[in-house]
Amino acid sequence: MNRSVEYLLRRLGFYSLAAMVAITLNFMIPRMMPGDPAQIMFARFKGEMSPAVITAMRETFGLTNDPMWQQYLTYLKHLFSGDLGISISNFPKPVISIIATGLTWSIFLAGSALIISFILGTSLGALAAWRRGGILDSIMPPLLALLGAFPYFWMAMLVLFVFGFGLGWFPLWHAYPDGTSPGFNSPFILGALYHAALPAATMVIASLGGWMLAMRNTMIGILGSDYITYARARGLTSRRVLIRYAARNALLPNITGFGMALGFVLGGALLTEIIFSYPGQGYLLIQAVRAQDYPLMQGLFLTITLAVLGANWFVDIVTLLLDPRTRR
Amino acid sequence: MNAGLLFKQMLTNRKALAGMILFGLFVLMALIGPWMVQDPIEFTSIPNQPPSLDNWFGTTGQGQDVFAQTVVGSRATLAIGCASGFLVVILGAVIGGIAGYLGGRTDDFLSLLINIFLVMPGLPLMVVLAAWLPPGPLTILSVLVLTGWAWHARVLRAQTMSLSQRDFVLAAKVTGESSLRIVTAEILPNMLSLMTSSFIGATIYSIGAQVGLEFLGLGDISNVTWGTNLYWASNDSALLLGSWWTFVPTGLCIALLGFGLTLINFGVDEIANPRLATESLWVRKLKGRATVDGSTPVIEGGVR
Repeated sequence: MNRSVEYLLRRLGFYSLAAMVAITLNFMIPRMMPGDPAQIMFARFKGEMSPAVITAMRETFGLTNDPMWQQYLTYLKHLFSGDLGISISNFPKPVISIIATGLTWSIFLAGSALIISFILGTSLGALAAWRRGGILDSIMPPLLALLGAFPYFWMAMLVLFVFGFGLGWFPLWHAYPDGTSPGFNSPFILGALYHAALPAATMVIASLGGWMLAMRNTMIGILGSDYITYARARGLTSRRVLIRYAARNALLPNITGFGMALGFVLGGALLTEIIFSYPGQGYLLIQAVRAQDYPLMQGLFLTITLAVLGANWFVDIVTLLLDPRTRR
Repeated sequence: MNAGLLFKQMLTNRKALAGMILFGLFVLMALIGPWMVQDPIEFTSIPNQPPSLDNWFGTTGQGQDVFAQTVVGSRATLAIGCASGFLVVILGAVIGGIAGYLGGRTDDFLSLLINIFLVMPGLPLMVVLAAWLPPGPLTILSVLVLTGWAWHARVLRAQTMSLSQRDFVLAAKVTGESSLRIVTAEILPNMLSLMTSSFIGATIYSIGAQVGLEFLGLGDISNVTWGTNLYWASNDSALLLGSWWTFVPTGLCIALLGFGLTLINFGVDEIANPRLATESLWVRKLKGRATVDGSTPVIEGGVR
């Protein structure tokens, strides 16, 4: 057990280092660009806010006249006390509270899509490997390769156009119906599920292929191993061999892939949110870009990166729990 | 395997040939297409017209010809996609190669760097970088290279490490060849097929990411590229007006180009790793010969 604690701590160290790199990049990027970062960042502020607020914002991003290392320390101090500045497009709301609302919707949408697509993809992949050369195995891979060639957000546009605009089956934007108020009431919950259905389905379709192919390829390797032949020779039902002996073992590399894929899936999820005007992180990001809201943009970059790093560590823990070999 | 031989084999591989023809058509379109069509930014006719004889792909929300925009857009998109794919693989090969060949402390440090860039989500970083830099093709290119190199560095590092332990490299070392010569004459030629497929993969990724960034409005929106075409389609609320023709042609072109490149990659993989080609043969042979419960029969002393 000691070894696994040591392993998890080492991974935590790595993720902390990656987080520090992201935080430092966030500090460096505005300073490496041509021109005065403060001028660019607060160009849209002029006339809207008092000089006192601008001074406070300069302080938050460390854009003072101090030497660079001191600027960095000021920036770090504000960052660790949760101060990400004030959003320009949603003045005077602080960036951190805007991100918090967006994060809830993003986790709900991308999280459910990710779980559905993982379960569906791995089951289909297992079946395709089991009936190798069958319908599933011969039709799906080329179809998925073709589907995967379309840009993620373009598929979302097409789906929205056909099912939202053309057929009118699904709402065109937003996360819940206009009349309802967020809370624990059935019109709101049902409405939220209804609004999430189409964007989630798009994300599932676009990411299904990856899980399916990965699972299929691992399964094929495992089906050729001796213990599967032995299980068969013992006369176990094929259902038992498929699920308890083969699929269970093939799942492990796929879960490791789950962590690796998070970053990519997230990118696609952000773009999907933009198409469906779904008020999550991606939609906030595009709003920030369009309004040149640099504080919000940088806050989003930081929170999204930190969320991905955290999720990766979580996957490490899950892998450790599932695979006894890593626990030795 | 040298470059000429690889190319010759690609011509005889069916998948690679089909992919190269598809890719070639798009290159032709990018090279001479812009001279054959009308001005893509001129306001030629009534806005939001569906496809007709005058405007084959219809008109945009501002009355520009969609067909002209699709053809002209291919040039910038392809150029930046290929340039970025090339630079990404070169940067990946240099960093991965140094890490894999030298090993030790250098490898520890570079591997850490590679892993950090791999674990960071690409899109938010690209957006922040592109938003701070002045909009334009050069910005998009540098952002793509900066966020895309790590994956290829990792793959090429592993390949360099395995190659530098092979007998022929060790023999070259013993005979006192210089490091430079060992790398350029012994190791690099053996990584050619891997670098080719890396380049194709990187190009596919770059085209997708580039279109995505420009769609978000982070490119130079006065240029005509596939990404800005989609940006304007969304900006002119094509989805709400029902003008599907403003975004469908561009998306289909991107997908066809990506599919063609994927086919080339399948072909290169089969040439470099002949077992893949025979594997699909085995699948074909096993078809219709499944056991009672539908599982794959176990072949004694089989393919391995």
